[in-house]
Amino acid sequence: MKEVLRTIAENIVDNPQEVSVKEREEGQSIILELRVADEDMGKVIGKGGRVAKAIRTLIEAAATKAKKQVRVEIKD
Amino acid sequence: MDRVIVTGNTVQEALDKGIKDLNTDKDNIEYNVIEKGKGGFLGLFGKKEAKVELIKKETKAEKSLKLLSKLIEEMDLDLQVELIEEKTTKNNLFLNIFGEDLGIIIGYRGKNLDALQYIMNLAINKGESNYLKIILDAQGYRNRRRSSLERLALRMCKKAKKTGRKVMLEPMPPHERRIIHSTLQGVSGVKTYSEGRDPYRKVIIKVK
Repeated sequence: MKEVLRTIAENIVDNPQEVSVKEREEGQSIILELRVADEDMGKVIGKGGRVAKAIRTLIEAAATKAKKQVRVEIKD
Repeated sequence: MDRVIVTGNTVQEALDKGIKDLNTDKDNIEYNVIEKGKGGFLGLFGKKEAKVELIKKETKAEKSLKLLSKLIEEMDLDLQVELIEEKTTKNNLFLNIFGEDLGIIIGYRGKNLDALQYIMNLAINKGESNYLKIILDAQGYRNRRRSSLERLALRMCKKAKKTGRKVMLEPMPPHERRIIHSTLQGVSGVKTYSEGRDPYRKVIIKVK
């Protein structure tokens, strides 16, 4: 899950070396914290949150098979 | 082979030769001039051939397949990808996904497939001026969905005509709404339009 999120982020931002993903557990669910360079925030969120929504959809799809609850948080 | 060193009378001549050797075109290469070459006096004395190194760039199709496979692998899904067609004139690239976990990658009403397609388009076209549209399919899902939307459109059109009231369809992405509109375009007595804002925008069928 962590890897998918990193791959997606690295491929859509301008500064892939500044992408980081941290994983933590909170109760039953896994929370993935995504951090990118300040100027790349727009790239991972997108107009009206469209990109962020697509990213979350894919991470949830990846979580379906693993039967886990995953949440993506974009941190600034 | 994706890297060659070629010589020629001029840099351009060497480049042309290298492009031929690599079996590609001038947009897909990067090159370094190793030696510029000199024409020499009357082409006879002190003549030196030009030497160029050419590196074949990954094409967008190759790049797309690689990235898509990587994402699917990292999602731990039992699926494979293949190139269906590359329409260079229209700048469209069709990729197919197939295998065990098809249902997961498609998602409810194609939600996951659409999200993946959107991300793929962003990634492959990042920083490129020449926009390539990537279209993902999953074993004919797009066509199956198209047929069921066409049937839905005709059924709802009948309902609108029978009741005389307008029929509101559920929210759909733009390409699905387009299918509804075009299916009912030639049908007399009804008109279609959309209302609301994406992603909640929906088609409405109204009796004229």
